[in-house]
Amino acid sequence: MKKDIGNWGNYPVIESDESAFTFTGEFQNYIKQTGAFIPRGNGRCYGDASLAINTISTLKYNRIISFDTENGILECEAGLTLDKILRVIVPKGWFLPVTPGTKFITVGGAVASDVHGKNHHIDGAFSAHVLEMDVINAQGEIITCSPEINNDLFWATCGGMGLTGMISRIKFDLKKVETSYIKQKQVKARNLDEIIRLFDEYKHYTYSVAWIDCLKKGSQFGRSILILGEHAKTEDLSNHKQNVPLKLPKEKKINFPFNLPSFVLNKWTIRIFNFFYYHKNFKKEINNVVSYEPFFYPLDAILHWNRGYGKKGFIQYQFVLPLESKQGLVEILNRISNKGLGSFLAVLKVFGKQDNLISFPMEGFTLAMDFPVRKGLFEFLDELDQIVLQYGGRLYMSKDARMKPEVLQSGYPHLPEFKRILEKYNPENKFRSLQSERLDLLVK
Amino acid sequence: MSQTVLILGAASDIGIAIAEKFAANAFDIQLAARKSDRLSSLQSDLKIKYNINCTIHEFDATDFSSHLTFWNILPVKPAITISVIGYMNDNEKVIKSQEETLKTINSNYTGLVSILNIIGEDYAKQQSGVIAGISSVAGLRGRQSNYIYGSAKAGFIAYLSGLRNRLFHHKVHVLTVLPGFVYTKMTEDLNLPKLLTAQPVDVADTVYKGILKKKNKIYVKWFWRWIMMIITNIPEFIFKRKKL
Ligand SMILES: Cc1cc2nc3c(=O)[nH]c(=O)nc-3n(C[C@H](O)[C@H](O)[C@H](O)COP(=O)(O)OP(=O)(O)OC[C@H]3O[C@@H](n4cnc5c(N)ncnc54)[C@H](O)[C@@H]3O)c2cc1C
Ligand SMILES: NC(=O)c1ccc[n+]([C@@H]2O[C@H](COP(=O)([O-])OP(=O)(O)OC[C@H]3O[C@@H](n4cnc5c(N)ncnc54)[C@H](OP(=O)(O)O)[C@@H]3O)[C@@H](O)[C@H]2O)c1
Repeated sequence: MKKDIGNWGNYPVIESDESAFTFTGEFQNYIKQTGAFIPRGNGRCYGDASLAINTISTLKYNRIISFDTENGILECEAGLTLDKILRVIVPKGWFLPVTPGTKFITVGGAVASDVHGKNHHIDGAFSAHVLEMDVINAQGEIITCSPEINNDLFWATCGGMGLTGMISRIKFDLKKVETSYIKQKQVKARNLDEIIRLFDEYKHYTYSVAWIDCLKKGSQFGRSILILGEHAKTEDLSNHKQNVPLKLPKEKKINFPFNLPSFVLNKWTIRIFNFFYYHKNFKKEINNVVSYEPFFYPLDAILHWNRGYGKKGFIQYQFVLPLESKQGLVEILNRISNKGLGSFLAVLKVFGKQDNLISFPMEGFTLAMDFPVRKGLFEFLDELDQIVLQYGGRLYMSKDARMKPEVLQSGYPHLPEFKRILEKYNPENKFRSLQSERLDLLVK
Repeated sequence: MSQTVLILGAASDIGIAIAEKFAANAFDIQLAARKSDRLSSLQSDLKIKYNINCTIHEFDATDFSSHLTFWNILPVKPAITISVIGYMNDNEKVIKSQEETLKTINSNYTGLVSILNIIGEDYAKQQSGVIAGISSVAGLRGRQSNYIYGSAKAGFIAYLSGLRNRLFHHKVHVLTVLPGFVYTKMTEDLNLPKLLTAQPVDVADTVYKGILKKKNKIYVKWFWRWIMMIITNIPEFIFKRKKL
C-alpha cells in the first residue's frame, strides 16, 4: 500500500508502495511482480538507504532457525530484531557479538550497514561474526555466501546497503557472558587531548565510547565523558543480583507522542550532558554495575525520541578520520562550535583496524552528531565533507541522506570493485534505493 | 502434561500470532496449513523461544476428502482446535466468476464445517475439548462491497452457534471470534482506518482470553460490538440505499 515513509531522521520522507512478506516464496513472487525496489528493515538508518518508490519490509520474516546454546551460534531470518534476539540468548548466557546504540534494528540491517558497536576496537564490526548467509538475487535465486564461498557476494553484501540482493538467512556467532550486567566506568575528560589520551589508556576495555560537548571553546574545548564497560562476572554482582545473574531487564517503554519544535531536544541533550558533567556527585571517575540495557541502549528507553527534532527532521552526520588526523577532528569541532548550528552533543569513538570492501569503519576517530534540518545546513555539511576527505576520512552511508557522489568515491577506495560486483549480482538495478540513485551506485 | 493446540490456517498473520501466544503460555502447537513445508522456520522459532513441542501438518480446507484422514493421523489429538482459515477477494471479481464464488464459500464456510464436524464429534465422544472459529464482523450484515465473503462468514457464525449449542451438552466449549479490521496480508492493499484497526497480536490475545474465560462470542476491540450493533439495526429500507 502506498504511504509516506521516512527513516529515523525523518528526512527525507517520500511516498512509497510498501509491501511485506512472511515466507521466502512470497518474496520470490514479489520480485517477479515488481519493478525496482529496496529491502527495508526497521527503518533505523537515518537517511534514505531503505527508501524507494517500492519497498519491501522484512519485519514479518523474523524467525529463529537454530540456536546452538553450546557453541553460541544463532541462525535466523533477516527481519528478526536485536531486541527479540536478546530476550532469547541472554537467559542462556550469550550476548550479541556487536550491537549498535539501538536494539530496534533487524539482523538484515546489521549486515547491510555492517554496523559497529562500542567494542569495534576489540571485536570488529558485525560482519566479522557472520559465518554464513543467504542472499536472494534479482532472479529470485537463493545464493549462500560466506568468507569462503561466493565471497565476492559476501563482502559486497556486508555494508552494501541492500544493493546486492535480499539477505534472507544469517548465521552468526555470539559472545559468551556470565551475567546480563555490565561493569561500567565513567571518566570525565576536561578537553579533547585528555579524552584522546584516555581512549588510548583504556583501550584494553571491551567497550568504550565518549559523549563530547561540541560547543565548549578555549581550555574546555572537547570536554567529554568516557564510558567504559566489561561484561560483569558473577562475583561482580551484589548478592541479591547473583540469584539471577542472567536476568532480563523489564520491557519498559515511554513513547514520545508527537513532534516537538526542533530546538527543544537540543536544550534537553545539553542539560543531560551538563547534569552528568557538573552534577556534584560526578567525581572524576564513577564505577558501577548496570544492566546491559541502559549501558548499550540509553536512548531506547524513550521510543520515537527522534520526534523531538520536529517535523523537518534531522541529519545525523557520522564520519571517521584516520588515527593520525586528530587535527581534522579539531578543525571540524571548531567549525561546529563557531557555526553554532549544532545540538550539541556528539558521540566519539576510536575504531580498531578494519578494511572491508565497502564497510564504513577504519582505524581512527569516529564522531556522530545530530543536526536539525534547516536553511544553510547542507552547505555547511558540504564544507565539513571536504575536511573529512582532506584528512583521509569518510562518511557512514547508513546515516547519510545528503552527501554528494564524489564524497563517497573519494572516501571509499574499493568502490569500483563494489560496483563490479553489483554488475554481477544486480545487473538491472532491481535493488535500488533513493540513496543508490543519489550516490551514483547504479549499474549502467 | 502440556496441552496441545491445533491451528488450522497457521500460515496466516493471525494464525502465527495465535501460535506465538499459546506457545508463550507453554502449550504445544500443531501448525496446519497448505504448503506446510514453508512453516519449518516458524516451527523452529516456537520450539527455541518457548521450549515446547511443535509439529507441522498439511491441511487444505477445500480438499474435503482429505479431512477425515488428516484428523485420524494426527499423532496427538489437540485439546484445542482453532480455525483461522479464510479467503477474501474483491467482491466484483468474485461475483463475476463462479470459481471465485465457490472458492470464497468453501474457504470460509464449507471446508471449515467439513473438518469441524469431524473434530466436534470426537470432542463430543471424549466429553472435552475447545473449538474456536475466526469469523468476521462482515458476517453480521451483508453489504454490497463484500457479501459473498460476508455471507460465508455469516454461515460460519450460525454453524458455530449451533455447534456450541450441541456440544455444550458434551462439555465442549465453542468460541466464535468476530474481528473487525486487522492489519494482515488479507488487507494489505486496503486503506484501513487506523483507529478501528487491530493488529494480529490483538486477535491472538482476545482468542486466548476468550478460551480461558469460556466466552461464547467475542469481538476484537470492544468498540466493534457497538459499531455492529448500530449497523445491524439500521432499517433495511435505509440500508439498501446506502453504498456500503
Ligand atoms: C539511536 C540509534 C543508534 C544507532 N547506533 C548505531 C551504532 O552505534 N553503530 C552503527 O553502526 N549504527 C548505528 N545506528 C544505525 C543502525 O544500526 C543502522 O542504520 C541499521 O542498518 C538499521 O537497521 P534496520 O533494520 O533499521 O534497517 P533499515 O534502516 O530499514 O535499512 C538499513 C539498510 O539495510 C538494508 N537492509 C535492511 N534489511 C535488509 C535485508 N534483509 N537484505 C538486504 N538489505 C537490507 C536497507 O536496504 C538499507 O540499505 C543507530 C541508529 C539509531 C536510530
Ligand atoms: N484481516 C482482517 O481485517 C480480518 C477481519 C475479520 C476477519 N478476518 C479473518 O481472520 C482470518 C485470518 O485472516 P488474516 O487476516 O490473517 O489473512 P490471511 O493471512 O490471508 O489468512 C487467511 C489464511 O487462510 C488460509 N486459507 C485460505 N484458504 C485455505 C484453504 N482452502 N485451506 C487452508 N488454508 C486456507 C490462507 O492460507 P494460504 O497462506 O495458503 O493462502 C491464509 O493463511 C480469516 O478467517 C479472515 O477471514 C480477517
